[in-house]
Amino acid sequence: MNMLGRFFRDIIKNKAMLLMVLPGTIWFFFFSYLPMAGTIISFKEYRYSRDGFLASILESKWVGLDNFKFLFSTNDAYIITRNTVLYNGAFIILGLIFSVGLAIILSEIINKRLSKSYQTAIFMPYFLSWVIVGYFVFSFLSLDKGLLNQILSYVGIDPINWYSESKYWPYILVMINMWKLIGYNSVIYLAAVIGIDKSLYEAAMIDGANKWRQIRHITIPMLIPLMTILTLLAVGRIFYADFGLFYQVPRDSGMLYSVTNVIDTYVYRGLKTSGEIGMSTAAGLYQSVVGFTLVILSNYIVRKFNKDNALF
Amino acid sequence: MSKNKTKTRDFQRLSPAWNIVFNIIAAVVAFVCVFPFLFVLIISFTDENTLAKNGYQLIPEKWSVEAYRYIIETGESLMRAYSVTIFITVVGTIVSLIFITLYAYAISRKSFKYRHFFSFVALFTMLFNGGLVPTYIVVTQVLHLKDNIWALILPMTVNAFYIMIMRTFFSTMIPDAIIESGRIDGASELQTFVRLVLPLSLPGIATIALFNTLGYWNDWFNALLYIDKPGLVPLQAMLMRIESSMQFIMQNSTNASLNTGILQTMPQDTSRMAMVVLATGPIILAYPFFQRYFVQGLTVGAVKE
Repeated sequence: MNMLGRFFRDIIKNKAMLLMVLPGTIWFFFFSYLPMAGTIISFKEYRYSRDGFLASILESKWVGLDNFKFLFSTNDAYIITRNTVLYNGAFIILGLIFSVGLAIILSEIINKRLSKSYQTAIFMPYFLSWVIVGYFVFSFLSLDKGLLNQILSYVGIDPINWYSESKYWPYILVMINMWKLIGYNSVIYLAAVIGIDKSLYEAAMIDGANKWRQIRHITIPMLIPLMTILTLLAVGRIFYADFGLFYQVPRDSGMLYSVTNVIDTYVYRGLKTSGEIGMSTAAGLYQSVVGFTLVILSNYIVRKFNKDNALF
Repeated sequence: MSKNKTKTRDFQRLSPAWNIVFNIIAAVVAFVCVFPFLFVLIISFTDENTLAKNGYQLIPEKWSVEAYRYIIETGESLMRAYSVTIFITVVGTIVSLIFITLYAYAISRKSFKYRHFFSFVALFTMLFNGGLVPTYIVVTQVLHLKDNIWALILPMTVNAFYIMIMRTFFSTMIPDAIIESGRIDGASELQTFVRLVLPLSLPGIATIALFNTLGYWNDWFNALLYIDKPGLVPLQAMLMRIESSMQFIMQNSTNASLNTGILQTMPQDTSRMAMVVLATGPIILAYPFFQRYFVQGLTVGAVKE
């Protein structure tokens, strides 16, 4: 009773703060925690019930791991996992090289106003939606009107039906993703370059180090902690694909699914197109569980490097 | 002395030749980044017949403003999509800011006994989520938001990452003494927050507001999931729907007899691109002004408590 009394006293004492977290907590309940509980339907054969969400879940039949067994018995699980991980891997590696390179180039350009203008232009694609980017890409790749096929026919090559030839898409998607995100990442690295202690460069100059040596022996080493952290955090998210890139840019073209289907698009199509609720929930849960493990693991490694930069 | 000075400068700066090389590289990348937008802009001003004959060209044979004229004349659905987008952007950003700042402020306060618990409640959602399907079921069957404008707002209201950014901001930028002074003056917690803390937190709030505004303006995913009613479709989702056919733009039109005629004479290809320009325009125009806050926000996000 005493404990209960103290509990209520604490509640009253903290009531202003509790009221402040209330809206957010309600939101988290409905949009995060209830869906987490809802993953239970990946172990069920989902049947929609008129009596609402709870009834739908309770009345659906348990099927154990059948949904997972079915998912992993098809080739789909392999393809979507491979696509997701390989694309993200390419994005991480190439993104790191290009954005660090670009950040160093931008920081070294003597005319700062020019450098700022370049930055503004390079950062721009980040602010556009994938739908818009999809149109941009279409203006280049359209079979009969696209710029690329016009150039090809100009040099005497037959036009290519881009939206049905899967072999080009791994390159196209990597390029488009670089195009959209390189500005964002190089701005982060640029901020770090600008933050490097100037006295380090002065000391290097006194030792007679030229600009190249300064870049190699000061700038890059000073960026390594940030590179490590951003890379590890990206690795932690390697199981999550950018839905817009893989859905909008290839215009949802069925002929390209073998190279554009990732976990996120698979789950979406399972929900909206084929209606395989149980199996797509299972695929989503598979993504969340592996993703969770990877985040924990990468955060653990980040902590080893630098406690301040860890997520938790 | 002066000789020494020039020598130092030589070391400090890139050699002129390399400076030119670096400028060329950066300029090429910058050009590649803006070129597609310019290209779509050109296409939107191309004459439809020229386009049908020659394809998308950098320098069209014949220019035309026909596409824009048609959009404005039959603009009902574009206007509606614009107003849906503006509504969700404004309301969404405001609601979002209220939820996020209140939550973040509470968990930043050391005097709040349950701050660790509520920090965990937020943080855990960054690590694990139920996935798309259960979320979809909750939104449509528990909250019954299918074909409701709030389905475009609520799913994006709170984001644990923004809460963490704001919490860091509050705990590093707001001195305890200020909060203390509020208490001495007899202000309630909420009054202290609104009158003393918020005015000092405007840079942080501006950053979060920008992230939110951009997120709502560019969102098409929630519309793809939850919206079938043509009248509730936001700009980006409308662009998605006219990808294959301009039919959609007519669905809203009240004048049914007008529809088929217009659709036949409508410069379809160019007006599609004109819509892309009109949807992107506001962002591109506003972007140079808010870029600074964005960069600032990215660097705030990199610092942690």
